[in-house]
Amino acid sequence: MSVIERTAQAVPTAPAERRVRLGGVTRESVLTLLGAAAGSLALDWVLYERVLPLSGAFGFLVVWYLLFLAMTWGLGRLQWDARTVRERLVQTVVGSSGVLVVALIVDQIVYVAIRGSHAASHSNFFTQSMETTATLSPITSGGALNAVVGSLEQLGLATLFAVPLGIAAAVFMSEVGGRLARPVRTVVEAMTALPSIVAGLFILGVVILSLGVQKCGFAASLALTVMMMPIVTRAAEVVIRLVPGTLREASYALGGSQWRTVLNVVLPTARPGLVTAVVLGMARGVGETSPVLLTSGFTSGMNADPFSDHQVSLPLYIWNYVRYPAPDMVARGFAAALTLMAMVLVLFVTARLIGGRRPGDLSRRQRRRLQREMAAS
Amino acid sequence: MSDTAAADPTVPMAAIDAADATDTIVLPGVERPSGGTPLYGLESRGVSAWFGTHKVLDRVSLTMQPGQVTALIGPSGCGKSTYLRILNRMHEMVRTAGLAGEVLLDGEDVYAPGRRPADVRRRIGMVFQRPNPFPGMSLYDNVASGLKLAGIKVSRDHRDHLVQSSLERAGLWNEVRNRLRTPGGSLSGGQQQRLCIARSLAVSPDVLLMDEPCSALDPTSTRRVEETIAELRGRLTIVIVTHNMQQAQRVSQSCAFFLATHDTPGRIVEAGDTEQVFGDPADPRTADYVNGRFG
Repeated sequence: MSVIERTAQAVPTAPAERRVRLGGVTRESVLTLLGAAAGSLALDWVLYERVLPLSGAFGFLVVWYLLFLAMTWGLGRLQWDARTVRERLVQTVVGSSGVLVVALIVDQIVYVAIRGSHAASHSNFFTQSMETTATLSPITSGGALNAVVGSLEQLGLATLFAVPLGIAAAVFMSEVGGRLARPVRTVVEAMTALPSIVAGLFILGVVILSLGVQKCGFAASLALTVMMMPIVTRAAEVVIRLVPGTLREASYALGGSQWRTVLNVVLPTARPGLVTAVVLGMARGVGETSPVLLTSGFTSGMNADPFSDHQVSLPLYIWNYVRYPAPDMVARGFAAALTLMAMVLVLFVTARLIGGRRPGDLSRRQRRRLQREMAAS
Repeated sequence: MSDTAAADPTVPMAAIDAADATDTIVLPGVERPSGGTPLYGLESRGVSAWFGTHKVLDRVSLTMQPGQVTALIGPSGCGKSTYLRILNRMHEMVRTAGLAGEVLLDGEDVYAPGRRPADVRRRIGMVFQRPNPFPGMSLYDNVASGLKLAGIKVSRDHRDHLVQSSLERAGLWNEVRNRLRTPGGSLSGGQQQRLCIARSLAVSPDVLLMDEPCSALDPTSTRRVEETIAELRGRLTIVIVTHNMQQAQRVSQSCAFFLATHDTPGRIVEAGDTEQVFGDPADPRTADYVNGRFG
């Protein structure tokens, strides 16, 4: 009987293979963690409530965590050797740091959502301005439409100014280079650390006080531009540098000039990264309060014209109304914060959908056309 | 081929929009007699090259016959690739690069003052060691990219035609005709390299430089690229750098052997017909190299 025949016969009768366990979570390790958590909680409670003259939630949590680590070590030491325990302890610390970060973010969002839902659940919040709403008016009157419109317009204008400037600066630094590239980069890096109130003061001093432009949405968008441009520039420079040099060579070898190479090869190849750069800049700009505080003025009414008269934006709206002593006003502030977060989310998703494809991926429209062409041929 | 006249890449040139952007290149008014394309040879006279103060090439003079394939062979670091990049002015993209001598295309020095590098490179195309299709573009756009980059406006029909004839000449048309809209990166390595060849051919260069075009490819793909080179022979002048002796023998009609030692810059030891260089080399170092005794 040949090997092949034997194998062929053996296959149907062979029992299913037993898989070897490749690490992963064991019951012992889970129970050890749970036991340590429960035991440390109990000990912590005894310490705080019965033994020591301590109080306060924060201290309670910190002591609980430290006791938890100690107990994890102790319980582990009963079962495993010192090296394994050390390994697991490090895993626990790293894992719990991750949980902490996520928990903090979830906490912020949930807190704002709960405080804001009181006002945001009334549709008038998104259809009215605060023009006719007094401090003690019921929650069914007044809203943040004026601030939403103001935020969108100011952010739109600032993006319009900051993105071309930022990408042009990035192209200058990475593609043109030369002796000037280094000082430009230094200035851009310094600008990323610029306190936002200084950006506001700069526009206030130069544009509003010296040039005589009145406080308006346009002035605010200039201040936001100052904040957004360095972020866009730095992120764009990084992604432009990631474009392989071989593609530039290919373009030059085809007779492309430098600016056509940048326009047709470098920027399209870097597009997903550039979108990220723009999104980062917008995320920075949309939440800035202090630059708009000094430059846009404040109004409770609706003003859709960013070039004249005061215009309020969401951060300014929040800052203004959460300081009121009336609970409904504070609720409006929180609802505006919720709106702001939702707006950022929508911006991110939209930007990803528009420009976030990897280079070479097809848009849905291109895919459909491709399918039609394939079917036709 | 019967459709040579129809595929004549000079046709779309008539459609250049003179009012196009500032750097639109007015293509040289080459008179191409119907039925055949004029061929241009390339000649270098006393070309020396430096990177900073380090001299890498020493007075290289070589004539590359029109319509023929010239192979440049020699061990690594002997300046073959540098020499190739000098021929279409890619050498000067290195900041510290220096150059002496002249490179004549159709009797005119490509380094003459006032001559634009982009213009030279459009007439002397280049295929690189690693296939480098533009990842953001479809196959079609990759082939047509040279027109866009050189600022040449052509009608849609002409462009379609040019893309097809370029892909046909690169031997890729039958494999990709049904998926011209897929991204260039979706092809295999060998197909990508032939796509790059098609891309270079689409701007109808007079000379095509190839820098080890098969060194990143498997044997089957290498054979396809070599077939492509064989088909292109007689239509334009080809200069190819290769480390593969058999490949040099298979594809080239003439051959130049470069050699550099650690204290002397690269120079040509021997140049001539491929058969003669491989079969009956005049210099013992050439004989040693082509027979695999060093290098």
